[in-house]
Amino acid sequence: MNRNRILEQTPHTPADHLVSRRQFLKTGAAASGSLVIALHFSTMAPSDALRAATTEFAPNAFVRVGADGAVTVIIGKSEMGQGVYTSLPMILAEELDADWTRVRCEFAPVDPAYNHTVFGIQMTGGSTSTWSSYEQFRKAGAVARALLVQAAAHTWGVAAAECRAESSLVIHDASGRRLSYGELAAKAATENPPAQVQLKDPKDFKIIGKSLHRLDTPAKTNGSATFSIDINRPGMLVAVVARPPVFGGKAKSFDASAAKAVPGVKDVIEIPRGVAVVADGYVAARRGRDALKISWDDGPMAGYSTQKQRAEYSALAKTPGAVARKEGDAAGVLAAAAHKLEAEYELPYLAHSPMEPMNCVADVRADSCEVWAGTQFQTFDRMTAAQAAGLKPEQVKVHTMFLGGGFGRRAVPDCHMVLEAVQVSKAVHAPVKLIWTREDDTRGGYYRPFFYHRIAGGLDASGNISAWQHTLVGQSFMVGTPFEAVMVKNGVDGTSVEGAADIPYTIPNLHVDVHNPKLEVPTLWWRSVGHSHTAFVVESFLDEMAHAAGKDPYELRRTLLGKSPRHLRVLELAAERAGWGRPLPAGHGRGIAVHDSFESFVAHVAEVSVSPKGEVRVHRIVCAVDCGPVVNPDTVRAQLEGAAVFALSAALYGEITLEDGRVQQSNFNDYPMLRIHECPEIEVHIVPSTDKQGGIGEPGVPTVAPAVGNAIFAATGKRVRRLPIRPEDVRGA
Amino acid sequence: MITLTVNGKRAQVDVDPATPLLWVLRETLQLTGTKYGCGMALCGACTVHLDGEAVRSCVTPVSRAVGRKITTIEGLSPDLSHPLQRAWIEVDVPQCGYCQSGQIMAAAVLLRENPNPTDEDINVGMAGNICRCGTYPRIRRAIHRAATLAAEGKSR
Repeated sequence: MNRNRILEQTPHTPADHLVSRRQFLKTGAAASGSLVIALHFSTMAPSDALRAATTEFAPNAFVRVGADGAVTVIIGKSEMGQGVYTSLPMILAEELDADWTRVRCEFAPVDPAYNHTVFGIQMTGGSTSTWSSYEQFRKAGAVARALLVQAAAHTWGVAAAECRAESSLVIHDASGRRLSYGELAAKAATENPPAQVQLKDPKDFKIIGKSLHRLDTPAKTNGSATFSIDINRPGMLVAVVARPPVFGGKAKSFDASAAKAVPGVKDVIEIPRGVAVVADGYVAARRGRDALKISWDDGPMAGYSTQKQRAEYSALAKTPGAVARKEGDAAGVLAAAAHKLEAEYELPYLAHSPMEPMNCVADVRADSCEVWAGTQFQTFDRMTAAQAAGLKPEQVKVHTMFLGGGFGRRAVPDCHMVLEAVQVSKAVHAPVKLIWTREDDTRGGYYRPFFYHRIAGGLDASGNISAWQHTLVGQSFMVGTPFEAVMVKNGVDGTSVEGAADIPYTIPNLHVDVHNPKLEVPTLWWRSVGHSHTAFVVESFLDEMAHAAGKDPYELRRTLLGKSPRHLRVLELAAERAGWGRPLPAGHGRGIAVHDSFESFVAHVAEVSVSPKGEVRVHRIVCAVDCGPVVNPDTVRAQLEGAAVFALSAALYGEITLEDGRVQQSNFNDYPMLRIHECPEIEVHIVPSTDKQGGIGEPGVPTVAPAVGNAIFAATGKRVRRLPIRPEDVRGA
Repeated sequence: MITLTVNGKRAQVDVDPATPLLWVLRETLQLTGTKYGCGMALCGACTVHLDGEAVRSCVTPVSRAVGRKITTIEGLSPDLSHPLQRAWIEVDVPQCGYCQSGQIMAAAVLLRENPNPTDEDINVGMAGNICRCGTYPRIRRAIHRAATLAAEGKSR
């Protein structure tokens, strides 16, 4: 699969846009090193719509150079904290030989030029932004550089080969002449692009690989960074929506008279997902919603509870599911094993809870629609908005804003944030900012699915792991979406079993199967997706097996990772930096875990202590990562630090539960986040690597919880088999 | 009409006196650097100063701000020159950035009351502010750095 060919495909339906990532990874080879590449200008050139917007030197959709020398890099990716606003411009600026102090970044409009090079739609997700844009942004920078050099060569009447570029200057060494990119911009715009360009040898990199400061930090320290919730439009109204208190329910009838009597309330309208109260401000809209009288039909989830779900899933886990992996004869070998271990693990629904609550601004007019959104799914958003507004996609403009946190929550296949805002704006004939309250967000679904795992392992007479049998039960969030065709194969949703069906350990008899029961609770990818639960179970159970075999958990992993050098390297580095095996203060324990996800390899060592009451204190987290060639090391460190905190919130507190069909949590009081006084010392060590480039936003999450659980076992002898960690599960007898 | 003093400027607003200050700042005065996060004084994203004291503007009726000096993130410095802003940039604290206005406003009060805080002081002073991206290790580093920058500024 050729990436440029993917870009050239004409999309028909959302499913047609998507290319199996696994298929791509098998056949697509990322080019690196110094090389000459042929250019596909049909895919590199800006579309007419983009070209018309500028009079600057804009050789492709990704970069503009102004007469003043300002270099603007245009990114189709969304900035949610992960650093693409800086790292993608760094990649382009490297090949452009730009003066980094003159580089700025801009979010792209929705245009096929900005489609994901693998997934074929404009989107951000799967920890893919850097590696999937790497070659594209290098080429874009190299083409711009070549044209600027050509422009200088023509100006001076010398050969382009005699000129070189450096820090936004073209220099002719023989004559000592030099011209700045700003001075060359106008002429460069008239040059014909070369048939091929030379990419740099990585040893000559001046920008890639450096810990440069983030371009968005200044705006994020004086309040000027604009999120969609900050947008204001002339005549704009604010809406909040009353949604069914039970998933799958709907409004039977409602009485809006009291709501409409609230000062500031302009209108109350029914939309497919609930009843919207539209007012001149947020406070009035909320008061209006409080005054609404709605009679709800709770639907099929009426009376449902987490307790019931647990019982159902536990029973299902005892029956065979769709087979995700089968090697040898796990059941037969288990039955005859010298020692057999069995365990059940449980992980709850989790809300993403980004700090910026869900919101969207829409302005629907007779022949146009503008949308301002913190979104990871621009292509789908535009299609959804067009459909809801009754317009053509070309009539819809989507403005991508900074995202106040994403973690997967803003990559929603049904685009409900945009949908609701467009529906309300269309109905009230005014620009509308639709805001979810924090309670709406916590109770609004799109959770990491509740997962129940049943796992068994066998040891042979010499204490080696001879068999491994693992059954998973949890909802699929791919079924029924445009992603189903590529993500669900033979009844197995890859996002349910990733990290379980492909464990790196050499075990001769292996069986992994999965049940994906259907339920009305909306579920979604949550930072690290399936790995967020599979790594916890696999890495905790392997620890159980090590203790049962009387082996050191670190040494056992080393033995089993003989065929996986990248796992081994991060495991050994984390163990070494954490002082694995060295004495600890009384009552402290150390735990280790290793995992690969999103093409990157991560190991964590956690050091914890547990109070007599069962309160867990995490003292230190040591992390080692191999994500291949690094663009910005400080961004990698920041992502791994943040991932540890994110994962600790889930391990220690995160739990969405149902009772009488209703979500029991509402805000940060009952769905708490880790706070600064609970934040351990976190160390990140990056393995220097020239291996294949991987992602960095998500891979730091999966191994934190099992490292903590394993450390608790080391400290107390109590095994954590369900999250969040409950005091009653870990305190002394 | 209610008269407020925000970032040194007087403003007249026609709002219900019970309206939380947060929404007056954000919607009436278009000072959107102060953020809505929870509406219940649980996360600190809405932190502003009233006469130099940190308050959660999401639960502070605008009537409480009458006659007092309101400072928001936009008024901390005109040019990113506050030691905390300089330190935040040096350490590259923010990720998504949504909570950072509140973090910085809370840290400003902490530093004024305790110009040389320990990690423990920072833990206590900043425990009311949630960062979902997990920038806490950098917030600690940046507050220490800001303390140093502020001390250097004074000794010049």
